[in-house]
Amino acid sequence: MDFTWFHRLGSPPYIYRLSERLAPWFGWSAAVLIASGLYGGLLLAPPDYQQGEGFRIIYVHAPSAWLSLMVYSCMATAAAVGLIWRMKVAHAVAASCAGVGAAFTAVSLITGMLWGKPMWGTYWVWDPRLTAQLILLFLFFGYMALRASYDDTSRADRLSAWLAVIGMVNVPIVRFSVEWWNSLHQSPSVMKLARASMPASMLVPLLLMLAGFTVFFLAFLSVRLRAEVLRREKHSAWVRETVANA
Amino acid sequence: MRHFRLLLTRDLRLAVRRPGQTLLPIGFFAMVTALFPLALSPRLEELRAIAPGVLWVGALLAALLSLDHLLRDDAADGTLEQLVAGSESLVSLVLAKVAAHWLMTGLPLALLAPLLGAGLGVPVAAMPGVIMALVLGTVCLSLLGAAAAALTLGARRGGILLTLLTLPLAVPVVIFGARATKLTIEGGSAAGAFYLLAAVAVLTLTLAPLATAAVLRIAVE
Repeated sequence: MDFTWFHRLGSPPYIYRLSERLAPWFGWSAAVLIASGLYGGLLLAPPDYQQGEGFRIIYVHAPSAWLSLMVYSCMATAAAVGLIWRMKVAHAVAASCAGVGAAFTAVSLITGMLWGKPMWGTYWVWDPRLTAQLILLFLFFGYMALRASYDDTSRADRLSAWLAVIGMVNVPIVRFSVEWWNSLHQSPSVMKLARASMPASMLVPLLLMLAGFTVFFLAFLSVRLRAEVLRREKHSAWVRETVANA
Repeated sequence: MRHFRLLLTRDLRLAVRRPGQTLLPIGFFAMVTALFPLALSPRLEELRAIAPGVLWVGALLAALLSLDHLLRDDAADGTLEQLVAGSESLVSLVLAKVAAHWLMTGLPLALLAPLLGAGLGVPVAAMPGVIMALVLGTVCLSLLGAAAAALTLGARRGGILLTLLTLPLAVPVVIFGARATKLTIEGGSAAGAFYLLAAVAVLTLTLAPLATAAVLRIAVE
C-alpha cells in the first residue's frame, strides 16, 4: 500500500492549499443542498397529522443533533491521530472542530426546547437525548476552556487531545446511563410517536438537510483550518511567501 | 510494588500532617448535607426522597474540593518531575497517589454517609448499601479527578477548570450511584444498579491511570 497521501496530509502548506481549493466546492454544494432541503421541508412537505406545522423544526434540529455527535467523533479522531502519529495538522483539525461542534450542539438543544414547548408543554424535559446533548455541550466547553488556558500551542494540543479521547470513551456511557436512568422515571411517551416512518415528501428534504449540514461543516472546517494553520505557521517561510503573493 | 507502597505511605503521612487540608472536604460534606433539612423541611419522609441526591451531590462536590491538591503540591515542589523521570512505572505511581487520595477523602466520605443519612431519614437496613455505593463511586471520582487534575496542572485558573472537566466525566458515576442508593433506600432490588456502578468503576480503574500517566508526561516536560 502506498501511504504517501497520508504523509502529504501532515504538511501544513499542502493542507493549506488543499482546504483553500476545497472550501468553495463544499460551500456551494452546502448552499444548494440546504436551500433545496429548506424549500422541500418548509413548503413542499405536508404538515404532520399530529404535530401540525410544528414538526418542521426537525429540518434544523435533527441535522444539527447528528452533526454535533459527528463533529465530536471527528475531533476525537483527529486528536487521536495527532497523538499517535504526532501530526501537527491533525491537532489543528481538532482545534478547528471544537467551536463548530459546540455551536451545533447548542442549536440542537435550543431547537429541541422550542419544539418541546408546543409538543410537551414545557421547554425542558429531562429526556435522555436532551440530557446527553447537554453533557456533550459541557464536554465541548471543557475542551475549549482547556485549550484556551495554555499558551504553549504544542502542550495545549496534546493535553486537549487526551481530553477529547477520554471524552470519546465517556460519550456512549453517558448516553446509555441517562437512558437507563430515565427508564426508571417514566419518560414521556410523545417521543415514541415521532419514530413512525415518514413519507418520502418529508424524508427527502430531511436527508437533503442532513447532507447539506454535513457539507456545510466541511466547508466551515476548511475555512477554519486555513486560519488555524496560518496562525500556527506564522513564522515559517511558506506563509511569508503566500501572504506576500496574495 | 515497593515504590507503590512507599509513595502511598508518604502521601498518607503528608495528609495526616496537614489535618486542616485533609478534613476540609469531609467537613464540607457534613455541612452541605446538614443544610438541606434546614433549607427544605425537617420532615423525614420528604428528606428520605431526596437523600440519595443530597448524599451524592455532596460527596461529588467534596471530592472535587480535594482534587486540587492531588497533584498541584507535588508539581510545585518538583516531586512530580522526579516521579515522571524515574524508572518506576508511572501508572503504578499514579495508582498509589489515587489510592492515598481515596483513603483520605473517598473512604471517610463513604463512612460518614450513614451518619448523615440517618439525619435524612435513611433506614438503618439501607446503610450497607449506601456505604457500598459511595465506596465504588468515590473510587471512580478519585480516578477521573486525577486525570482531570493532570490535564489542568499547568493551566491558568486550573481550579475552576478542573471542576468543569470532571463533572461531565462523572455523570455516569453519579447517575448509577444515586440510582443504586435510591433503590437501596426504597428497599427495592438494587443489584442491577450496583453491577453497573461496579462496571463503571472497573472500566475507570483500567483506563484512567493509563490516561493520567500519559497526560502527566506531557504536563511536566
